[in-house]
Amino acid sequence: MNNDLNPALFYFLAAVMLLSALAIVYCRNLVYSALFMVVCFLSIAGLYAMISADFLAAVQIMVYAGTIVILIVLCIMITRRTTMERTNMPEKKYILRASVLAGLLFFLLAYIFVNSEVLPTTNNIIALSGDTVSGLADLLLGHYMLAFEIAAVLLLAAMIGAVVLAKGADEK
Amino acid sequence: MTIGITHFLIISAALFCIGLYGILIKRNLFSILMCIELMLNAVNINLVAFNHFLPTPNLSGQLMVLFSITVAAAEVAVGLALIFRVYRDFQTVNIDKLNSMKG
Amino acid sequence: MEHFALTNTWLIPLLPAIAFVLIGLFFKRWAAISAFIAVLASAVSFILSTFAAFAVLNSGISVDAPFIQRVTWAEIAGLHFEMGALIDPLSVMMLFVVSLVSLLVQIYSIGYMQGNKSFGRFFAYLSLFSASMLGLNIAINFVQMYIFWELVGLCSYLLIGFYYQRIAAREAAKKAFITTRIGDFGLLIGILLLQTVFGTVDFLELKQILPLYIASYGTSTLTVIGILLFIGPIGKSGQFPLHVWLPDAMEGPAPVSALIHAATMVVAGVYLVARAYFLFASVPALLELIAWVGAFTAFFGASIALSQREIKRILAYSTISQLGYMMLALGVGSLTASLFHLFTHAFFKSLLFLCAGAVMHAMSEEADIFKMGGLRKKIPLVFAAMTVGVLAISGIPPFAGFFSKDEILSAALSVSTPMYLLATLTAFMTAFYMSRLLFVVFFGEETKAKLHNISYFMQVPLVILAILSFGSGLWGYICDFGYWIRFGAPLEEHMNLSIAILSTLLPLLAFALTWNIYVRKRWSADYIANKLGILYTVSFHKYYIDEFYALLCRIFIDGIGKIMYFIDIYIIDGIVNAVSGLVLFLSILLGKLQTGQTQRYAAAFFCGVVILLLCGILYFNTISGIVAGGGAL
Repeated sequence: MNNDLNPALFYFLAAVMLLSALAIVYCRNLVYSALFMVVCFLSIAGLYAMISADFLAAVQIMVYAGTIVILIVLCIMITRRTTMERTNMPEKKYILRASVLAGLLFFLLAYIFVNSEVLPTTNNIIALSGDTVSGLADLLLGHYMLAFEIAAVLLLAAMIGAVVLAKGADEK
Repeated sequence: MTIGITHFLIISAALFCIGLYGILIKRNLFSILMCIELMLNAVNINLVAFNHFLPTPNLSGQLMVLFSITVAAAEVAVGLALIFRVYRDFQTVNIDKLNSMKG
Repeated sequence: MEHFALTNTWLIPLLPAIAFVLIGLFFKRWAAISAFIAVLASAVSFILSTFAAFAVLNSGISVDAPFIQRVTWAEIAGLHFEMGALIDPLSVMMLFVVSLVSLLVQIYSIGYMQGNKSFGRFFAYLSLFSASMLGLNIAINFVQMYIFWELVGLCSYLLIGFYYQRIAAREAAKKAFITTRIGDFGLLIGILLLQTVFGTVDFLELKQILPLYIASYGTSTLTVIGILLFIGPIGKSGQFPLHVWLPDAMEGPAPVSALIHAATMVVAGVYLVARAYFLFASVPALLELIAWVGAFTAFFGASIALSQREIKRILAYSTISQLGYMMLALGVGSLTASLFHLFTHAFFKSLLFLCAGAVMHAMSEEADIFKMGGLRKKIPLVFAAMTVGVLAISGIPPFAGFFSKDEILSAALSVSTPMYLLATLTAFMTAFYMSRLLFVVFFGEETKAKLHNISYFMQVPLVILAILSFGSGLWGYICDFGYWIRFGAPLEEHMNLSIAILSTLLPLLAFALTWNIYVRKRWSADYIANKLGILYTVSFHKYYIDEFYALLCRIFIDGIGKIMYFIDIYIIDGIVNAVSGLVLFLSILLGKLQTGQTQRYAAAFFCGVVILLLCGILYFNTISGIVAGGGAL
């Protein structure tokens, strides 16, 4: 198995991801933004698949692209106005400051990543034995059992919380 | 040039910063929620990339992402419920109008 | 029983204290129950005191060999305080007198305070008052004494201001408290000095240490300590110049005046000097000071009492005068005479005050003696009791005052002739103003006012006290008072016949004078007052001491007050306002940051991240440190 990743595929997926992310920010229509999220998450799923995380890629598509975005769109629709135009406008006075801050942060992070000596090189990847699904299952129901259960409780709590919040505790 | 961990880290940093930028300039609660999701995904990419490129024998990194997605799902559910509640109570989803904590 | 009383003297002050707590907390609203509790507690502690007295008389306890119980109260490095009971003839005599007088006063109060809304409160205070005084009597060291000393002061404040609805009562209470506080402060400093110099405040230990100390260091420090200690009694026992609170203390109900003036409050000062007599006696200059303060106070109080019009005020100045006698006796070295006079005075002065209270009660709280008159036939019992009191205080044999006053006079003569003359003159004036009071109130034109009934509760104590006023002097003389209560070797008592005759004749002369002035009206009192001119005015205005103090306060305290006010307003307030202004300014600035907009907070947070990263890059120079979060990867 060739350990080298396909650069063309990587750059394509990265470009789609970043462009759709920018589109989320810059779209003036909230619904379009939500739809661009699907594109973004799909390309992230592609990136996962590239680096031996095929199960995660599937989860990403199902949970993020499938469920979360649908949920967001649903809620947007509940609070809808007559028109969805200009619902996602940026605040003009903050654009400069925010772009300086974000750009500076990106620049610093990139500088660190590029000049880092401790990051692993590409060529010492150990091939994982077995497929990722059974590996994850082993970990999930073995070493991370407790965390798994807690996550289940968390989801339950979140569900109840969401129901209570959306319904309103004071409403009969 | 082969694609290494640096590439993944840089695109995840870019995604993170786009999310941050979105959070800072948007006034709509839904947009802000979406941008938070972007930032979360940037972190997930990091985890998966480290799991792939670091000489680790198991899938702990990917498992972290799995948990992260779980938490994110919970967060979105609660967050949307909160937004919904705010919309019902204040008739707005504009964060500028929700400043009752102003000092 | 005697043994029990002797070993459990701590019960004597404790019982009234318990009564105070019980009444104060639970039974304030039920007059009968509170009076019952208070009287019961007083009666039991009186019985205990009596048995303790018998125990002392029978078991060979003397001033030189007291019976002592101690418990450690507080102990820290370098300080050791004990509480306990010091039982010797001196303290049991005080216990006996105090508990007896307060018992009688409480019984009297049942009648006197009948129908008063604050009946229970009154009895609670009375109980606390006698508890404090009894506790003071058994103190084994200065600290314990000081605690009860202050409690006595507190109670006097509460009781003088008992009718707190009246402005005069409030003012009098404050005056008493503040004036005695000046004295207490001196006493406190004296006690602290004692602790620093000698390392102990225990009476007996001090008594042992003192001769050695004087032998090696002389008496200069001791003189300072003695003067400071003596300031306490000056305040408490109403000696000149801190006597001003005592006449005003009559603003309290009459039983309170009786208690304050006779048994509890004012004699505390005399008792303190007597208890610490070994200290004062070791410095002759101190004794001389005490003697002169006493002699002058005796004369001074009597001279004011001559011209006063209010019945209780006359008695109050008479108290000042009599306390002066006691101090004089202490100063001339006769502890026996002083405490003998304290003993007899407690009875006849409380009798006089209770009689005055009865008269005022009958006259609907009228206090001016010239608005009374001819009460002789209407309240014969009070008249008889009052007569006994007047004869006793004037020193007519065989009434109580004769014996004690005689001893004081002979003691004074043996030390200094001027003091003796002053004291004799005082005795004359005492007889004059007391008989004036008696004649004006009970003889002359009968008042038209309808008199109130005087209940048996008030009559019984009067009778008992009258008997004691008659007999206590003789009793003390026969029982050899001087053998039991003394300082140093027992004194052989001798009656100086010339002194006795003179001190009998002078009061009789005074009686004749007042009889002619106030009953027969042979000479007009106003005419004499006019003739005496300035002397009368000075006496009537109490030597202008109050006015002088008021002026002093105005100049001194107001002056300081103005300076302090300036400092407070412009300097202290300035600093405080500047600080608060600064805080306010900063908080407004910080408040501006709290916009309530989440994104601002997020932006600030990420600004922080960026700054940290920048710092990291600049500081570490190598990237590895940052990626590893500053730690090892």
